Amino acid sequence: MLNWFIQVFAITAANLRTLPQRRGAAVAAAVGIAGVVTVLVGVLSIAEGFKRAMTVSGAQDVALVLRSGSDSEMTSGLTRDDTRTIADAPGLARNAEGPLASPELFVIINLPKRSTGTDANIPLRGVSPAAYAVRGNVKIVEGRTFTAGRNEVVVGAGAARQFAGLDLGKTFRVGQNEWAIVGIFTADGGVAESEIWADAAVLQPAYHRGDTYQAVYAKLNTPDAFRQFSDGLTSNPRLSTKVIRQADYYAEQSTSVTSFIKGLGVVIAGLMALGALFGALNTMYSSVSARTREIATLRALGFGSGPVVVSVLLESLVLALVGGAIGAVLAYVAFDGFTTSTINWQTFSQVAFAFRVSPQLLIRAIVWAAFIGIFGGLFPAIHAARIPIAAALRAT
Amino acid sequence: MKFLYLVAGNLKRKKLRTLLTLLSIAVAFFLFGLLCALKEALAGGVSMAGADRLVTRHKVSIIQMIPISYRTRINGIPGVTAVAAQTWFGGVYQDPKNFFPSIPVEPSDFLDMFPEFVLPEAQRKAWLATRTGAIVGRTTADRFHWKVGDRIPLRSPIWRRDGGNDAWEFDLVGIYEGAKKGTDTSQFFFRYDYFDEGRAFGKGTISWFTIRVKDPAEADHLAARVDQEFVNSANETKTEPEGAFAQGFAQQVGDIGTIVTGILSAVFFTILLVSGNTIAQSVRERTEELGVLKALGFPNGLILGLVLAESCLIAGIGGLLGLGGALAMTAGGSPAPSLLPTFYIPPHNIIVGVALVVGLGLATGVIPAVQAMRLGVAEALRRQG
Repeated sequence: MLNWFIQVFAITAANLRTLPQRRGAAVAAAVGIAGVVTVLVGVLSIAEGFKRAMTVSGAQDVALVLRSGSDSEMTSGLTRDDTRTIADAPGLARNAEGPLASPELFVIINLPKRSTGTDANIPLRGVSPAAYAVRGNVKIVEGRTFTAGRNEVVVGAGAARQFAGLDLGKTFRVGQNEWAIVGIFTADGGVAESEIWADAAVLQPAYHRGDTYQAVYAKLNTPDAFRQFSDGLTSNPRLSTKVIRQADYYAEQSTSVTSFIKGLGVVIAGLMALGALFGALNTMYSSVSARTREIATLRALGFGSGPVVVSVLLESLVLALVGGAIGAVLAYVAFDGFTTSTINWQTFSQVAFAFRVSPQLLIRAIVWAAFIGIFGGLFPAIHAARIPIAAALRAT
Repeated sequence: MKFLYLVAGNLKRKKLRTLLTLLSIAVAFFLFGLLCALKEALAGGVSMAGADRLVTRHKVSIIQMIPISYRTRINGIPGVTAVAAQTWFGGVYQDPKNFFPSIPVEPSDFLDMFPEFVLPEAQRKAWLATRTGAIVGRTTADRFHWKVGDRIPLRSPIWRRDGGNDAWEFDLVGIYEGAKKGTDTSQFFFRYDYFDEGRAFGKGTISWFTIRVKDPAEADHLAARVDQEFVNSANETKTEPEGAFAQGFAQQVGDIGTIVTGILSAVFFTILLVSGNTIAQSVRERTEELGVLKALGFPNGLILGLVLAESCLIAGIGGLLGLGGALAMTAGGSPAPSLLPTFYIPPHNIIVGVALVVGLGLATGVIPAVQAMRLGVAEALRRQG
């Protein structure tokens, strides 16, 4: 057995030492595989980043109350009476100021993107004083929060980065109203960072909404209190509401875009992998055929066919892993943290997010590379082991 | 003709390598085809927009409604020849995953405004006569196996009916086809009068107007004129050419489209580079033989031709295989009809693809061929592989 390992080691070492002589083909194979990894990681990092932005802010102990039949805040509507009833529901957390429930408005305004100058749909949210305590992760990082009753807004860091004119101290005009930007906030990179927040009481008249809201964000005593809270509302005959955990609401909104990008990424990378596999096969076949005599000589000297097969496989695997590692580094440098924004069709509004190259993604890509390496080496390896010794030694 | 035998012989001598190279080129051009289709789909019908059409919407954002009475005032502006109103209904058929656009319109205004939706005359008449009538495009009709006469239930999360019910029912009276290949035939249109009477709120309002102007050269000027008409009113408008409107909509998807198509282009060129290298390599290996041919009296031009014929043949077969595969695949329609309503390869892209195939064949063959041509006979014969 030990002898077997020594044989494998000896042949593999010799193979790898002679790699520089076959530089062209080896580089071509490695480049192909690096390409696969870059593509896979690159495209999937978009999906990961979008999903993260949509789900990071989704807490298990925050519930969202909408009108029944609506599929998003955008299409929902609740009266002030509804919101009062909701604030009295069982299972709701309270603090010194009262119940932690924030009735909110959600509208969309058009502002130009910084990158293209074209109009984008940006969510403008009217919030109640409890909004900060309900969310728990919203922090004002510059300036201050808006004063109740005034035409002032705070802008999410993502929105401030992506859309023109959203700088601290500036004002912007929507319809007949002028809004002053008095603060910038963050929300752990979550979807709230793509929004602009104003006082709901000021937004209502500006949008002719009378005394209505669109959703209530409610902080629960514990994540388990959701059942109690939800049952309390849905069994109330005076209300016609739908209650969802915030985490589920955002996770559901992210699925259509995420699965589309993921599907696209896997198809593109899969095709690329096919191309790279052909490249690897070509390389390994020519590598084996260039060494036909050497392999035959080794076999004549008493080396087994097993070590020959394994050594060819190992050579192919090393090439694939080197290519894969280069691709992974390239993808990480090029894509991780790249910020952009796209439209979330469910709410018809922009979500600012950062691409995310997660360790799992890198591992997945390296696994792909390893598979290409193994499959690319397998048939040439078997071919090498089957070379008839006598004929090969005579060959020129 | 006799030289073809020589070319074929060269290709056949390492069958496996030839096959692998061919296949990787096919993969590259298959990706190229998909890239073109994806790019066109993400552009969101900009190339289909009418040059003589404008779109007017609420200045704040498209979710704000504007009164349908604005139509009369727009119609009165000199240079405007027609106006058609449309509203976002957001209908859900059975499951939100089945998304397709659903829009209430006024049938005759609408069909006159959009000649790209081709509806048989009998169905047009049926639509004008049926209040609950609706028409749908070929893509969506095929997707759900609908036929004329079906009753289609849609639920609207936005528009509730009087009485708080959100279920609407329509009678399918027509299925329209696209006049051109890129026409989006995923949309579902029904009658505004039925919609306006049934909705619980927002009566008399619409989402956007499409305006036809007499002279496309006047489009920008008239867009400004329309907005001027409503300045300082409760509902200020924003008017732009239909192409700009579609582009603005596509831009909302943002960099993602650009990045994905960028990645695809990079992939395409990487595969070309790798397979091109293999072709060139296989010619370099035979320098010695080319020397023999020269010694036999083959002129330089003929050798160049032989090598180029070989590389072009590989590129040609592989490339056409890939392009053909992509065409066959896109002919099956969009793989994600909710997000990409149209999915096809525009004809000019196919021409570019064929040009790239030829370019690949020439580029990979020309360097080793010229090297071989310049080589002295004696030196070539001395060379080993």
